[in-house]
Amino acid sequence: MVNLFEKLNLHSYRLRKFKNKFFYILCLICVIIAIVPLLSILFEVIVRGAPAINLQFLTGKGLRGGIGPAIQGTMILIGLTGAIGIPIGVLTGVYLAEYGTNKYASWIRSINNILTGFPSIIVGITAYSLIVVGLIGGFSPIAGAVALSFILIPIVARTTEESLKLVSNSVREASMALGIHRWRTIISVVLPSAKGGLITGILLGVARIAGETAPILLTIMGSSFFFGGFNESMDALPLRIFINSQLHTQAAQTQAWGAALVLILIVLTLNIGVRLASRGRYHNKVTR
Amino acid sequence: MIKLTGDNIFKVLVAVIAASAIVILLLNTYVLITGSANVFATSGFGFISGRNWNFDIPSFGVLPAILGTLITSGIALLVGVPLSLGIAIFIVEMAPRAIRVPFSYLVEMLAAVPSVIYGLWGMLVLRFWVLDYIETPLNTHLGWFPLFSGTPTGYGFLTAGLILAIMIIPTVASVSREVISAVPNSIREAAYGIGATKWEVIRHWVLSYGRSGIFGAIILGLGRAIGETMAVTMVIGNASGASGMPVSLFQTGQTLPSLIAGGFFDSQTALLSSAYIGAGLVLLAISLLINVAAHVMMTRVLKVKGGAVE
Repeated sequence: MVNLFEKLNLHSYRLRKFKNKFFYILCLICVIIAIVPLLSILFEVIVRGAPAINLQFLTGKGLRGGIGPAIQGTMILIGLTGAIGIPIGVLTGVYLAEYGTNKYASWIRSINNILTGFPSIIVGITAYSLIVVGLIGGFSPIAGAVALSFILIPIVARTTEESLKLVSNSVREASMALGIHRWRTIISVVLPSAKGGLITGILLGVARIAGETAPILLTIMGSSFFFGGFNESMDALPLRIFINSQLHTQAAQTQAWGAALVLILIVLTLNIGVRLASRGRYHNKVTR
Repeated sequence: MIKLTGDNIFKVLVAVIAASAIVILLLNTYVLITGSANVFATSGFGFISGRNWNFDIPSFGVLPAILGTLITSGIALLVGVPLSLGIAIFIVEMAPRAIRVPFSYLVEMLAAVPSVIYGLWGMLVLRFWVLDYIETPLNTHLGWFPLFSGTPTGYGFLTAGLILAIMIIPTVASVSREVISAVPNSIREAAYGIGATKWEVIRHWVLSYGRSGIFGAIILGLGRAIGETMAVTMVIGNASGASGMPVSLFQTGQTLPSLIAGGFFDSQTALLSSAYIGAGLVLLAISLLINVAAHVMMTRVLKVKGGAVE
């Protein structure tokens, strides 16, 4: 008890009340400090980016034209990366959720967790060495997609596993009681029941890779032309922002802010849309 | 002998695909090790301890970049961790129910902003705040102190560290929030029962119960700060070689990722590109160490969902 008295300094009630109030305000200030950069980023991107936006800006090319190649490139990258990463990620998640009680699965789980914290520039170096130098001999959208799928796979695997585990076992048992094979149950019953969670995870993963810059800087290089084939360099929104930010002219920076507005609209729409759609599901998690 | 039924085929198929995680990890490590063999053969241990980044001699060393990585991540933790803990405590323990959810959404939206946009904002907005309100005053009044010496430009370690602090907030805050939520209510009730105030309950019971989990959250944030590339590249000023050796907080410098992002695609010769890949290998080693440590701690603390930590 002596220890507790020292800990709490029980003598001065007013001091304790004051401390309580003081730390309440301090924690509130922490939240406000964190929200200031977010609001400032949104404000600057909208105020500086919106005047640049018009039809020609979205479809034209070059510094005087617009960011058409960048938008096209980002869409191509999302498509290619999704084609590689989503099936692998989902099936990895299926394995972890449906058969994942052994040592091998817990290893995979641990490695996936480690991969989600991987520095993104590293996968860029790997895809550059393997594909740009090794396989194709030039910058290539394929190399960019491979690098990005290294980032996408662990994200999709984890969210798939989590949403499959939310499917109640009685659904699996009901299907198997009808004499349906386990693999058929997983594909036709379990996966469709977990559809919402699956789509949420995939969209969040896509939002993440749409904004990645470092890996594609080393693999698709950036370009002022539209898509020219799988062995040519290509543009993408994050790259266009980075490249323009390094040119210290007014036109380049205005275009960078415009591209930032388009990119942030894509990313935040995906994020907010997903969160609104799955609000019921995650409500408990947020409010404990 | 396993029978070739549909079930077995499917199970083996997904098990093989699940090995993609192992393949990705090993492939990256293999490529970095073979790719950097050249520079380690020429420079040996000097690659870690050397300060030059000079193609003419040729002499390559990543010491300035390693120190720069540690300094910027250090600033990020110093600034970002107290803020994140305050946010986590406020959202779980203090906020009224009505604002809890919107506040946590807002903080999580910080994680959704792409790092290149942080970089653009850092270059064209935050840099001037740092220059006008932190660097210039400190430099005029305390300029004799080495940490605050030099000519402030707004580019450099301090701005990079502050950008990283903002970027690690969502990671550290959301994991800490989960750790704090996992503290059993009976502990809070016991503490209230002996007359502790709300803050005393948080400070002496909740935080000390969750301290290993919070430590794990901090390490996770550190991992994020160390690997962050674009935002840092855009504000740190990219001083190459020995001029990037950190002396002052206001000076331009280099981190391992920014070194690679800044010059890799210009590397004309095999040795130079091998040096950049070597920097990547050092980064990979540091980041693996940190991520493994964080993972081990978090699984020990939050035994939920088969060790999946969000």
